[in-house]
Amino acid sequence: MAEQLKIKSEVEEFKKEYFYRNSQAEENRQRDYQAANRIQSWFRASKVRAYLSHLHKKAIIIQRIWRGFTARARFRQMVKAAYFIMKMNFYEAMAVRIQQRWRGFFVRKHIHNYYARKSYLEGLSKKNELVRMELAELEELQKRERHCVEMVKEQTAKVYQAHRLHHLLSTKQCPGVFNSPFRPAPHEMEILLRQVKYQAPTRLDPRGRACLMGMLGPTAPSFPGTLGSPWIKTTGTCCSSKPILPPISSKKQQGLFRKPGEVWEQRMLCPDLTLRLQTSYTHLEEAQNQLQHKYIRLPTGNIRNRKYAPPSEAQQQFLYSASLRQEL
Amino acid sequence: MSQRQIIQVFEQYQKSRFQFVQTVSDLALRPQNIEILQNAGVMSLLRCLMLDVVPSIQQTAALALGRLADHSDDLAEAVVKEGILPQLVQSLALKNRFYKKAAAFVLRSVAKHSPELSQEVVASGGVDALVLCLEEFDPGVKEAAAWALGYIARHNASLSQSVVDAGAVPLLVLCLLEPEIALKRIAASTLSDISKHTPELAQTVVDAGAIAHLAQMILNPDAKLKRQVFSALSQISKHSVSLAEMVIEADIFPAAVACLKDPDDYVRKNVTTLMREVVKHTPELSQVIVNCGGMATVIDYLGECRGNLRLPGIMMLGYVAAHSENLAMAVILSKGVPQLALCLSEEHEHHIKAAIAWSIGQIGHHTPEHAKAVASSDLLVKLLELYMDASSSEDLQAKSKKALKSILQKCTYLPGLEPLLYDVPSNILKYVVCQFSKVLPNDSKARRLFVTSGGLKKVQEIDAEPGSPLQEYINAINSCFPEEIVRYYSPGYSEVLLKRLENYQPA
Repeated sequence: MAEQLKIKSEVEEFKKEYFYRNSQAEENRQRDYQAANRIQSWFRASKVRAYLSHLHKKAIIIQRIWRGFTARARFRQMVKAAYFIMKMNFYEAMAVRIQQRWRGFFVRKHIHNYYARKSYLEGLSKKNELVRMELAELEELQKRERHCVEMVKEQTAKVYQAHRLHHLLSTKQCPGVFNSPFRPAPHEMEILLRQVKYQAPTRLDPRGRACLMGMLGPTAPSFPGTLGSPWIKTTGTCCSSKPILPPISSKKQQGLFRKPGEVWEQRMLCPDLTLRLQTSYTHLEEAQNQLQHKYIRLPTGNIRNRKYAPPSEAQQQFLYSASLRQEL
Repeated sequence: MSQRQIIQVFEQYQKSRFQFVQTVSDLALRPQNIEILQNAGVMSLLRCLMLDVVPSIQQTAALALGRLADHSDDLAEAVVKEGILPQLVQSLALKNRFYKKAAAFVLRSVAKHSPELSQEVVASGGVDALVLCLEEFDPGVKEAAAWALGYIARHNASLSQSVVDAGAVPLLVLCLLEPEIALKRIAASTLSDISKHTPELAQTVVDAGAIAHLAQMILNPDAKLKRQVFSALSQISKHSVSLAEMVIEADIFPAAVACLKDPDDYVRKNVTTLMREVVKHTPELSQVIVNCGGMATVIDYLGECRGNLRLPGIMMLGYVAAHSENLAMAVILSKGVPQLALCLSEEHEHHIKAAIAWSIGQIGHHTPEHAKAVASSDLLVKLLELYMDASSSEDLQAKSKKALKSILQKCTYLPGLEPLLYDVPSNILKYVVCQFSKVLPNDSKARRLFVTSGGLKKVQEIDAEPGSPLQEYINAINSCFPEEIVRYYSPGYSEVLLKRLENYQPA
């Protein structure tokens, strides 16, 4: 029985203990729960941390390797680029050298060619000398020509004077003005007077200009009527108020036949049948119309082309019709 | 009265009219009679006589009118006021060649005095009538008509334009081909007067083919013709490059150089004018002329002539040298610079001297070589004198200053620069000293010469504001020489030495 009682009290104890423990546990449940939570969470955290650090380490390793790889690749690229640039610089430097030399050569040879300039200037001075010499010769020649012409003029004047003063020729009895007995030799005028044959003055023949040189000829030398105007003057007002009258000559009956001299004159000294006279009846109007309507444009350009341009249509016709009437 | 007597009365009247007109026209030849004739009222009388029945009286009356109008402005105006012009113009179309010549003479003498009178002539239809006269066959009529047109076109561009619009230019070019020398002369002179005003007019003349014909007449022996031909060519070529090129393409040049030895002064002057007008456009054209020896001949020509005739030659040298240094060197080689120096000393007119100064400037400003050539003929001193001379005109002073400056900037010829250190205004002095400061550091002989010739002394005497470029140049020069020498030559050095002497105690 004692044991039963003991067991009963133990059971009672046990129930009390049990109740006590439960109530304690009940009280500590929350705290224990939280503590357990905490411990678990810490543990989980450390697990996770370990895992994370493991991951990190591995990631770092991977990234390290990768970065090294890319960096080395980039570096290799950079080295290649730098090498390339170095080479290009070198090439460019060499190219610059070549171009320098070439440009220097080209400029000195073609553009600022010192020797060409030198030879040009030398050639120029030679040419100048040549031109100066030639021009001096030309001037000399022209001076001589003019002098010659003047001398001829003078001589003609003298001969003309001699003609007019023919009466001053010395005769056997009476020495002339130019042949004074006190002179050692007769004056040149006297000699001229002796040489020139007297002719009655004839009408001024402008064509006698041609025989200016033939002053000492025995045949009729024809003179200009007045020495100042052997050449036809067209300057100034030509409307001279003194018309030249035809010479007074005895009117001869014109016979059936003319004198041979007259016929010869007519044939030989016929006025030049210029193109202007031998024209068609209406040529004046035609020409005027042509000039007024057609604006005459000669092609500009090289004179050489212009010289050999064939005559135009109208000009050809005109030349043809002119040639029919006269031998051109 | 019998018929014969009545007719005799008329014949007498005609004779007296004819005599009157003849005498008047003879009297009109002398200038002293003109006043008297004018006061006697000759104008109105002549006007009536121009309507006379007898052609010879008409012609002589017209001739007398022409001579009267020729002499003075007022008479020409009187001709216009009396309303004679329309009458003349009408009869130009109708009458015979003597009358046409006389009428053209009247128009010419009226037109020559002033642009207004020419305008009157144009307004009364004179130009068309004259152009019709140009189509005549008689060379005298053509010449008178061309002369009148020339006088009309001479005054200004609008009158020239009216002449051209009437279609005168092709006819004038045809006149150039005529055998009569006088007609050629007048045609050339008219073409020259037409083309001198504007490039368009010159182009019209060129389009009519004038250049070829003018070029053919260059070697004609007649001097007056050559004058006009060269004048025409120079008026054409002065306007633009293309016109000048066309003139050159006509192959004038080696032949025209020979005309520079013609005895007639004005032929030579006109050839030189032509060369100048051609040369001023481009370097290639100048090259053409230089290559055919034109430069040497022009320089010789400058030696032979005097006064205003030299002006085109001088300007030609300036224009050639202005284009490039090659051409400037060519001018120097052809002995241009001594010739210009001679001209400068001989001429007294300011405008000619100004032209010479300008040309020298153009020659000398390219490189040190050129500047040396100019300096060695002592031209720098002369230019300085011209600049400093108070009696020089402004233009001359300006040109000589510019020339001096541009040459000095390139001059490294020290013996030429030395005289310019004395009596020189400061703006020129700074260039001179600048050149010295450039040359002296490099050349020891020059330094020695500089010292012995007194240049260093002079440089020390120049006082310049510190900091101005002049002072910098002076410092640069001083740094080329040892200190003692600089101190020796500085002004007042002897006083400094004496002061030291006073303070010195012998030991």
